[in-house]
Amino acid sequence: MPNVEHHIDVAVIGAGHAGCEAALAAARLGMETVMFTVSIDSIALMPCNPNIGGTSKGHLVREIDALGGEMGKNIDKTFIQSKMLNQSKGPAVHSLRAQADKSEYSRSMRKVLENTDRLTIRQTEVTEILVEEGALKGVKTISGAVYYCKAAVLCTGVYLNARCIYGEVSTFTGPSGLQAATHLTDSLKENGIEMLRFKTGTPARIDRRSIDFSKMEEQFGDKRVVPFSFSTDPESVQIPQVSCWLTYTNERTHEIIRENLDRSPLFSGRIQGTGPRYCPSIEDKVVKFADKNRHQVFLEPEGLYTNEMYVGGMSSSLPEDVQEAMYHSVAGLEHAKIVRNAYAIEYDCINPVQLKASLEFKKIRGLFSGGQFNGSSGYEEAAAQGLIAGINACMEIQGREPLILDRSEAYIGVLIDDLVTKETHEPYRMMTSRAEYRLLLRQDNADLRLRKYGYQVGLVSEEEYQAVLEKERQITEEIRRLSQTFVGMSSRVQKVLEEQGSAPLSSGCSLAELIRRPELDYEKIRELDPDRPDLPFRVREQVNIHMKYEGYIRRQMKQVEQFKKMEGKKIPEDLNYEEVGSLRIEARQKLETYRPANIGQASRISGVSPADISVLLVYLEAHRRTEKTAEEE
Amino acid sequence: MSEVYEDTIAAVSTAMAPGGIGIVRISGREAFSVGDQIYRGKNGKKLSEQRANTVHYGFVEEKGERIDEVLAVILKGPHSYTGEDTVEIDCHGGVLAMKRILEAAFRAGARPAQPGEFTRRAFLNGRMDLSQAEAVMDLIQAKNEYALKNSLRQLQGSVRQEIQEIRENILYEIAYIESALDDPEHMSLDGYRERLEHTVKQQKKRIEKLIAGSGEGKFLQEGIKTVILGRPNAGKSSLLNLLAGEEKAIVTEIEGTTRDIVEEQINLRGITLRLLDTAGIRESESRVEQIGIERAKEQAKDADLILYMVDSSMPLDENDEKIMELIREKRAIVLLNKNDLERKVSEKDLEGRVEAPIVSVSVRENRGIEELEDQIQELFFHGKISFNDEIYITNLRHKQALEAADSSLKLVEQSIADQMPEDFYSIDLMDAYESLGKILGESVGEDLINEIFSKFCTGK
Repeated sequence: MPNVEHHIDVAVIGAGHAGCEAALAAARLGMETVMFTVSIDSIALMPCNPNIGGTSKGHLVREIDALGGEMGKNIDKTFIQSKMLNQSKGPAVHSLRAQADKSEYSRSMRKVLENTDRLTIRQTEVTEILVEEGALKGVKTISGAVYYCKAAVLCTGVYLNARCIYGEVSTFTGPSGLQAATHLTDSLKENGIEMLRFKTGTPARIDRRSIDFSKMEEQFGDKRVVPFSFSTDPESVQIPQVSCWLTYTNERTHEIIRENLDRSPLFSGRIQGTGPRYCPSIEDKVVKFADKNRHQVFLEPEGLYTNEMYVGGMSSSLPEDVQEAMYHSVAGLEHAKIVRNAYAIEYDCINPVQLKASLEFKKIRGLFSGGQFNGSSGYEEAAAQGLIAGINACMEIQGREPLILDRSEAYIGVLIDDLVTKETHEPYRMMTSRAEYRLLLRQDNADLRLRKYGYQVGLVSEEEYQAVLEKERQITEEIRRLSQTFVGMSSRVQKVLEEQGSAPLSSGCSLAELIRRPELDYEKIRELDPDRPDLPFRVREQVNIHMKYEGYIRRQMKQVEQFKKMEGKKIPEDLNYEEVGSLRIEARQKLETYRPANIGQASRISGVSPADISVLLVYLEAHRRTEKTAEEE
Repeated sequence: MSEVYEDTIAAVSTAMAPGGIGIVRISGREAFSVGDQIYRGKNGKKLSEQRANTVHYGFVEEKGERIDEVLAVILKGPHSYTGEDTVEIDCHGGVLAMKRILEAAFRAGARPAQPGEFTRRAFLNGRMDLSQAEAVMDLIQAKNEYALKNSLRQLQGSVRQEIQEIRENILYEIAYIESALDDPEHMSLDGYRERLEHTVKQQKKRIEKLIAGSGEGKFLQEGIKTVILGRPNAGKSSLLNLLAGEEKAIVTEIEGTTRDIVEEQINLRGITLRLLDTAGIRESESRVEQIGIERAKEQAKDADLILYMVDSSMPLDENDEKIMELIREKRAIVLLNKNDLERKVSEKDLEGRVEAPIVSVSVRENRGIEELEDQIQELFFHGKISFNDEIYITNLRHKQALEAADSSLKLVEQSIADQMPEDFYSIDLMDAYESLGKILGESVGEDLINEIFSKFCTGK
């Protein structure tokens, strides 16, 4: 039987949030790209919560945008409510979160994909990867068609050998009854890839008309919406917003759950996969936090053209009758009609320590991967990896250096570094506490941090890049001006200070010093600064943050300097750890498995002690000298 | 990892022998500036103003108080042992003065050197040739293992417990803040500042108490834990008394005189030993003696060194079998005592039964003690390595870690006073948590994430 053959540059397997970013990046960077999906109608699907962003995830979206990715732009076009979280706290933890119109989000992304040159969308199941001598040669589909390619990016999400479960019911499908992919795992295993099995879950969807909102608290969006994308005109996102609703579980709810725990597939052992601790099912919460007499429940609209409401906080895999009873026990949900049941889903993913920080498999050249397939969770985490994997597939083909962001540069750097150097026991979620240098990795300065990389890679336009350089110049100039502009002890100055609840001056001081006072900021001293230039909000914001938190920022920058030194000490890829005699056995085994790219990475591997690092440093120096001597001879 | 490879380090670079001359070595970019802060030249000149490779006479002072009269050697990188700018301070005020000079150097900006760090730097800076690489790596690992073991053992149980508790309290607060930051719609930080202020104040007090205690020597135990084992009347207590130079343990001819552990700190050629005399091992009817024997076995388990006393004038018996079992795989020396009497046990009788070196002695006649000292030095100097300075510096590392934790908590208090947002607190709290972890030899890893998930119900 003659099989179809194609020759392309990049194959992207999967069309979720990782797959979309990977495919767009590849095609935009000039690669002939095919994106495979088991269902074109599920492109950029949001099978769980209807929002993009949130604490630390909002940071990821900003970073994706700064690098030239699509997620930020797409949510700016399709959001129906938006909030800046943590506004009462420091600027490092401000985080954007938007409610999406799910189907609009999906359609809008599809439109972008379909109108990107060199990008083809193909509905079929990829069943095999073709590898020769440690290098990827192509992929094969279920019909036997072969796509020879120079690189491939695996973004299979939760679809590999997926199984959905609630109560006694279990179906071998992906989310929302979509077709699972059942062949690829075997092919990956045959090529020596180690697979894990993870699980996650989602709550029920309820018909809006059956909810009694009078028993719930209304949750509004922000009055002034801030867009995700640095390219979106802030005025374009000031649109009417919809509300979410807050209610609570109660003792009755918990009783129902406790009485039926034996019927939960999680507790009976019918679910084998490892679930995420940060996203516990309601039965998990009731068992683990038995002393809490109520848990929050958020009712969130799934879109403008549907009555489906997402029941945030109550994911479950209990049987249908228990789900009915449990939801009905919640205030406002007494007569709720379930549209879709809550369920848990199990799927195959890889142990991500098999990847380099470029997201290429250490053992298969040209094979990259991103998203839940890598053991992460969340739309934003997926998109971030998809983007990096897509970019690096192109860098590899073009013989250029991979784009690797380190922990001091981006949340994306933290995310990927954690994945490839830490042992994964559950789906990985981004959290602000994972970022050591979070004062520097703010969502407000993602463009200042990362635009240059997007530009170097080729995803950010000259115009966008120049805009950032100009912003940088304005910030520096304004900070300089504030440090050099002094105010005296005139009665006018003292009066303004008094009005702001600030102590009067005892000698002249710079505007910068005034801004640093806890009770003042850049905007509050405007009156004392008549020569202030007219600057855009985003510049003023940076100036203020920089002045107010200078001491802390400087401290972190010093730490980063040290960190960079460790990251800069490269370890040869082919280092034979057996030769490093004085390493402890545990350390040697770990280093052999992870094969860190540099000393910094090595030091973050659990089981590798500071002494092992010292030994390694000495070995590397000895190695370097031997090589040098060899060269000279 | 928070230790950095290019900052300025300090340590004692000779064995810390009481009375003798010791050298405190300061190496790194800031070595001269650290030197300037603690050294007052007789001629009033600063060290940094002096020519390289010169020796100067003056005093080490801190806050106007004179600590010791010293000679300071200035070595400019790359012409120093480590290849970096180095100040070596020769002092002769004994162990206490050396410790105080070292502490002054830490306060002036140096940090305690990691085990083997001077040598590592020397190698990395090209001051040692390639053939020495293997030896350098072995040395680093060996010193580290020793330091790690000691660092834990020297901590008294109660101190350890206290530090653990303080750490737990701090971690709880970090997790609380982080959970609230991560899930602001679930957790509120209203009124949290006051609560945190209170907690921080308490933890600070506890840490400061530990710091105060460390100065009086109550905090840490020093020295190589050396347990003397043997059958009753083998001469264990006599050995202790001989080495201690005074009658510490009661010696009689009655077997089973020593029932509880007698402890004495002694110094052998600059090596400090915590010498523990124990009850003789034998089957005994006496309940009290039996408890003593059990304790002896307990002590032997985590000893750094066991001195196994054999009465060579009596044939070996089943009690010796038991002792040989106890010292298997331990660092030990067998002493054939009473070689002034007729010998019933010789080196040959022990061949193949013990791996430890054997020394023939007579405690009564003070013979063979020199040889014993040779052996101990061989075991612990491990060729050229002196582990003894490790022990002292471990103490100082502990103290410095406590001081670092204390100043991190001060920063938290300052942030609270300045009304900084809550996310700023957790940065310094984390630093305090890490510093205390160093004392216990625990790295941070996933502690915080685990604490968040186990204590707080967050997430969708």
